[in-house]
Formats: sequence, C-alpha cells, structure tokens
Amino acid sequence: MGALRAMPVHHQVSLLFALLFGMLSLVSLVFFMRTLRDRRPDQLEGDEQFKRDLRAVWFGASVFWLAWVTGGVFATLLFALLSFLALREYITLMHTSRADHRSLLLAFFVVLPVQFTLAGSQFLDLFTVFVPVYVFLALPVMSALGNDPVRFLERNAKIQWGVMVCVYGMSHAPALLLLELPRYDDRGAFLVFYLVIVVATAQLVQEAASRRLRRRPVARAISRSFSWYAWLVGVVAAAWVGALLYWATPFKPIPALIMGFLVGASGTLGEFVMKALKRDAGVRSWGGNATVTGAVGLLDRVAPLCFAAPVFFHAVRWYFRV
Amino acid sequence: MRKLPGMAGWTLAFLARLITGAQGHWYGCPPKAEQRIYFANHQSHFDWVLIWASLPKDLRGITRPIAARDYWTASPLKHWITREIFNAVYVSRQRTQDEDPLEPLMAALKQGDSLVIFPEGTRGNKGDPATFKAGLFHLAEAFPQVQLIPAWIDNVQRVMPKGEVVPVPLLCSVTFGAPLQLAPGEDKRAFLTRAREAVVALREVA
Repeated sequence: MGALRAMPVHHQVSLLFALLFGMLSLVSLVFFMRTLRDRRPDQLEGDEQFKRDLRAVWFGASVFWLAWVTGGVFATLLFALLSFLALREYITLMHTSRADHRSLLLAFFVVLPVQFTLAGSQFLDLFTVFVPVYVFLALPVMSALGNDPVRFLERNAKIQWGVMVCVYGMSHAPALLLLELPRYDDRGAFLVFYLVIVVATAQLVQEAASRRLRRRPVARAISRSFSWYAWLVGVVAAAWVGALLYWATPFKPIPALIMGFLVGASGTLGEFVMKALKRDAGVRSWGGNATVTGAVGLLDRVAPLCFAAPVFFHAVRWYFRV
Repeated sequence: MRKLPGMAGWTLAFLARLITGAQGHWYGCPPKAEQRIYFANHQSHFDWVLIWASLPKDLRGITRPIAARDYWTASPLKHWITREIFNAVYVSRQRTQDEDPLEPLMAALKQGDSLVIFPEGTRGNKGDPATFKAGLFHLAEAFPQVQLIPAWIDNVQRVMPKGEVVPVPLLCSVTFGAPLQLAPGEDKRAFLTRAREAVVALREVA
C-alpha cells in the first residue's frame, strides 16, 4: 500500500478507474453467466432487482469518470444537470398546487444555480448554510404569496425536501471534488470516488444479504427487504471497503474505516427513507412502468449519494478542521 | 436562410425536452409519415410545443399547428416563429359571412400535410376536456383517407398554469391512440362524442 501512496496522483487515479471498471465488468459477466442457467421464478425476481442495482452502479461509475476527465467546472455543471433532472423527477410525482408555481420556479431557476455556483467557487461557508437557512425561509414566503392556505405545510414540506435532497445533497459531490485539504492537492476525485464506491458497496451487499438471510423486515409497510441484520452486513462491508481504499484517501486506515461506516450507513438509510417517500407518493420506483410521465428512475440512482454526500463532506471538513 | 429556423427549432425542441421530458407514447399507432390529423386535449399554451417535441424529427416538418391569425401575426417575432419554425396554418377568429373558417385547414390537407388540432376550441383547466367543436367532423368528412389520431397530453397544466409565463420543469407525456374513422352515415354529435371519449380513454392507458 505504501508503494501506491508514493505514485504520482495521475497514476493513482488511473489505477482506481481500471480497478473499478474491471471489477464491475467481472461482476456483470458472472451475473450474465448465471442468468444463462435455468432459474426458478423466485430467483428471477431477485435477478431483476440485482440487474437494476448493477445498472445503477455502472451509471454512477460512468458519471464519476466523466466528472474526473472533464475537470472542475464541467464536473460542477454535470452534477448540476443531474440535480436538475432528479428534482424534476421528484416534483413530478409530488402533488403541488397552482399556488406553488413561483416557489417551484425559485427552486429550479434560482436556488439550484446559486447552490452549484457556490459549490464550484468553493464559497464553503455560504454553501453550507444557503439552503438550510436562507432558502428554508424564502420558499414558504414565496408559497404564502401564492395566496392559497390549503395544505400549506404539506406542500412546502414537499418542496423543501426536494430541494434538500436533490439540490443540497447533490451539490456536495462537486464540493468534495474541489475541496482543498492540507497535503492532499487536487485529489478531490478520490474523495468522490471513495464516497461512490462505499455507498454502492453498502447498497449491493445489503441487497444480497437481505435476499440470502431473509430476516424479518423492520418496517414491512415501507420496505419488505429492509432488516437491521442485512443493513449491518452492508454497512460493515462498506466500512471494510472504505478501509481497503485508505491509500486513495487523506485518511489513515482506522479513520477510513469509520468514514466508510458513516457513509455506508447514511447512504443505505437515505435509500430507506426514499422508499418511504415513494410509498407515500404511490409508486414503487421513481421510474419504470409505474409512472405516467416516463420518469427514468434517476432519483433512485442518486438518492443514496445525496444523503451520504453532505454527511461525508462535513465529516471530512470537521476531521481536517478546514 | 433555412438554417436559422432549423437551429431555432432544434433549440426549442431541446428546451422542451429538458423542461418536460416530452415523452411520446405510441400506443395505438406507430409514428409513421402518413397524412394524419392529431387531435388532443387542450390545457396550456405549451400543448402544441409538447406534441411537436414528442414527434420524431422527421415528422415535425410535415406536421403543422393551427394558429390564430390576429394573435400570431401581430408582431414580427410571433409571425416569424409560427411561419418559419412551425409552418403554422393561420385561421381568422372573426367570422365573416362569405368565408369558411376551415378553408385554410382544407387547403393544408389537400397539400398532403398533417395537422394538430385541439377540438375543444379553448384551453380548459378542469380535468375532463370540454365537448368537441364540429371542425373535426367536417375535416373527417372531407378527407376520409386521412388518419385521425387521438392524443392525450398529461401533466402539462402543472408546467404552465393559465396566467403564468415561465414553465416549471416537470415530466410530461403525450399518449397517441389508435386511428379513428368516421363511420358511414355517422351523426355529427355521435362522432364528436366518440372522438372525445377516445381522447379521454388514453388517460387510463397512460
């Protein structure tokens, strides 16, 4: 591992990507071979689920690679576009009323660009409080000006939540990419990489564990697969992967393990919360056949990241006191 | 000079897709370059752009909207957009004694162009579309060989409610149904009701 640390940054990153895409190809290949054999009907359903997860990981990896190849400004724009599409999908499935029109415009065309500009220009103090403090006040004011008291709290909560998850959460990815740490120049890509890998590991392992172990679900009405045991298996696996990746991060092995635990836990719990939100909106997944609107299910893919990114970002800043 | 409208059209279609997704679902018929009259529910100024953007690129050129002459030729920009980008068919809203309001539509159909019409005549803001105006029936009678395709536009009233100018990004879809035919000797009322039901039925499919 020491030899890896001594390599130039550029080589380290290339190695990471070779490793990542190699591993993904291997998993996909093995999975494909297995589907060629005769499968029982109950296995087929699991296969579908796994295929979706795998596709999500491929998607995340590709986005990350693009972000690294294109550099700071483009990466910020790319994440801003993702955030825009995710928020569009979220708002589509929420019932907003006519009076919310202006607050939605504010969310899409003011809050989102400003937040990502702040992330891109590393204005970190304002970046951190802009949504939770200023937008938190501005959105309901805009809604109140819409002159419609019906379900006021509910409508506002929906919009606030969408902005929090899709804009605020997502904006931490480019912020991480650009974060400057002592003796760790230009390696923000590693932090995002670490984040993506750890969250994806937690998700995949948790999914596999819950299918194998078949424990009693904690909240049957929300998710029939979520059990504490499977969740713990997923998070511990994520922590181990995080520790194994310590050479790519500014952390020592033990802090890398703890960070992995934290990130894996917040990502999977975020996914669980999104499931509850989906149930509330009456859909099984944000995309696919369930919707009239042809949503592509982007939100499913990015939501765990959106939850894990702010937690990770602030843990890193706190740890290094920057 | 054809370059500029082409680019403007491309940009507009791109924006419409970015804002609404503009998904076309072809349930009852494939998107083919046959002569057709698409008829749909009408809730917003955005409706036409949405249908237009959800059509494949090859069909956009031969499918034309109907535009009110007094409004859409009032300023040079409005005139340019409707004439150069959309190739709109202009109709007058004021009835004169000697003029058939359907005349320009008939002329466009004789040329072999496809049309998009909103038979409610005006934008509704309730869930169900209003009763259809007779224009669709007269066109169906005069051009029995032209396919009549019902279409349901979903969600667009949330994108741009009446009175607002800036659209909110939300996913919308256009569902195209199976072609309708005017039965021999079919009554005008009966046909219009049937056409309206065909449009409403697509809401369930979508």
